[in-house]
Amino acid sequence: MASEESPVVAELRHVDKHFGQLHVLKDINLTIHKGEVVVVIGPSGSGKSTLCRTINRLEPIDSGEIYVGGKLLPQEGKALAKLRAEVGMVFQSFNLFAHKTILDNVTLGPRKARKQDKAAAEKEALELLDRVGIANQASKLPAQLSGGQQQRAAIARALAMHPQLMLFDEPTSALDPEMINEVLEVMVSLAAEGMTMVVVTHEMGFARRAAHRVLFMADGQILEEAPPEDFFTHPQTDRAKDFLAKILQH
Amino acid sequence: MTLLTRYLEFMANYPVFRAFWVNITLTVFSGALALILGTIAVTMRISPIPSLRAVSTFYVNVLRDIPLTVVMVAMTTVVYFSLDVDFSGQLATDFYVGVVYFGQAPETSVGMMANFYLLAIIGLGLYHSSFIAEAIRSGVNTVPLGQAEAARAVGLTFLQSARIVILPQAFRGAIAPIGNTIIALIKNTTVASVTGVAVETSATMSGMIEMGPQFIILIFLTFALGYVIIVIPVGVLTTTLSRRLAVKR
Ligand SMILES: Nc1ncnc2c1ncn2[C@@H]1O[C@H](COP(=O)(O)OP(=O)(O)OP(=O)(O)O)[C@@H](O)[C@H]1O
Ligand SMILES: [Mg+2]
Repeated sequence: MASEESPVVAELRHVDKHFGQLHVLKDINLTIHKGEVVVVIGPSGSGKSTLCRTINRLEPIDSGEIYVGGKLLPQEGKALAKLRAEVGMVFQSFNLFAHKTILDNVTLGPRKARKQDKAAAEKEALELLDRVGIANQASKLPAQLSGGQQQRAAIARALAMHPQLMLFDEPTSALDPEMINEVLEVMVSLAAEGMTMVVVTHEMGFARRAAHRVLFMADGQILEEAPPEDFFTHPQTDRAKDFLAKILQH
Repeated sequence: MTLLTRYLEFMANYPVFRAFWVNITLTVFSGALALILGTIAVTMRISPIPSLRAVSTFYVNVLRDIPLTVVMVAMTTVVYFSLDVDFSGQLATDFYVGVVYFGQAPETSVGMMANFYLLAIIGLGLYHSSFIAEAIRSGVNTVPLGQAEAARAVGLTFLQSARIVILPQAFRGAIAPIGNTIIALIKNTTVASVTGVAVETSATMSGMIEMGPQFIILIFLTFALGYVIIVIPVGVLTTTLSRRLAVKR
């Protein structure tokens, strides 16, 4: 289980980021240990997605340092591609490769980024698809699947790279309510197996069941950082109290 | 004798079919060249390296802004006569004779004709590559940003993302504009005469009009109809393909 002694998987030091005039990340410091599940919540526009996306450098930063697996994130190029392969990412809008079958979506990374041979990659892909419950959809195109199935395929695609860390940016926000649970179940089981995860989500049930730590972000800062029970029952700041009151009304 | 039979007799003296064949082969080879160059230009245009993007933008804009006739005249006057670029070697001659005459070389100055033929292919290829590049770029705009992000997130390099994820979808989204460019190219191959390609539809048509002005309407109809017959299938094909290959999202 994650603890202060577990090795560090990712670390952000004094990270700052602007979009033009807008200061979206303000001196972010964050250490993520192996096996840890960190849930990030906060109001819209607070910088949650941006934080998530800086960790695999989909968003470059202005200043500060980000380490993944002990290595400083390199500049754009081959080395960065290699490091990105170590970080799985699951998007709100799934982003499955629209012109490729589900099976090809899952095998693409292992085959092209890791040069794994086709047969071995497909064998493992089918196991992963089975694990997320959609092995029977392997030969379909993404558009032929429901949202929940697409998101599970996207999780399988990320897992196929054996990532050290998985990033989830609101993985259930684009889903119809009846499909949210099938995706959360997969995520809970991943967490239970010790996958290191950073999850931007407003699913408090998931946070309570699976998270070790909740980060509350507002205006580009991490305002609170606490185990889920503590955070949900005793938020410290007014911003957090306000925010929780609003989302609990639903 | 009716006008039509007299015209057919007259027409038999001219290499009308060979002329059309030359324009078709010019289309095929310069189209292939344009597709290759256009794809390279687009790849540079979407690359993360600013200098490559600038080079591509410059290339596309320059070629698009120069009239085709100027490009084609320049292929002989500048490239051949001034820069001494000459393709009349054995390989080029064999290629020309093989493609245009199916291996049966006519007696006169084949080397020279081969040279003009290849210069025309290059000129047409360069000029249309800018339009192909713009067509593919419009296809790139149909590919959601998330596709490229997912490709990068999975660990693909830029070239891998472009080749495996972005360009295949961009092509499928750009079939209609690419088809339009190819149709324009088919008709534009007639400008090859200014590069020195002698057996070619517009040159042949001019020759026929000069020698048989009494048939002028029939001559026009012959060539107009010929092009319509060539272009219609291309139009039908692009419409079908763009529907069939559309990426479902
Ligand atoms: N590419 C961009 N260019 C300019 N501004 C951006 C860009 N991406 C995000 N922003 C702005 O940066 C701020 C933080 O955005 P971010 O997407 O990280 O917020 P978020 O916390 O994920 O919000 P949400 O809950 O709505 O997803 C917002 O004000 C947003 O409008
Ligand atoms: Mg967001």
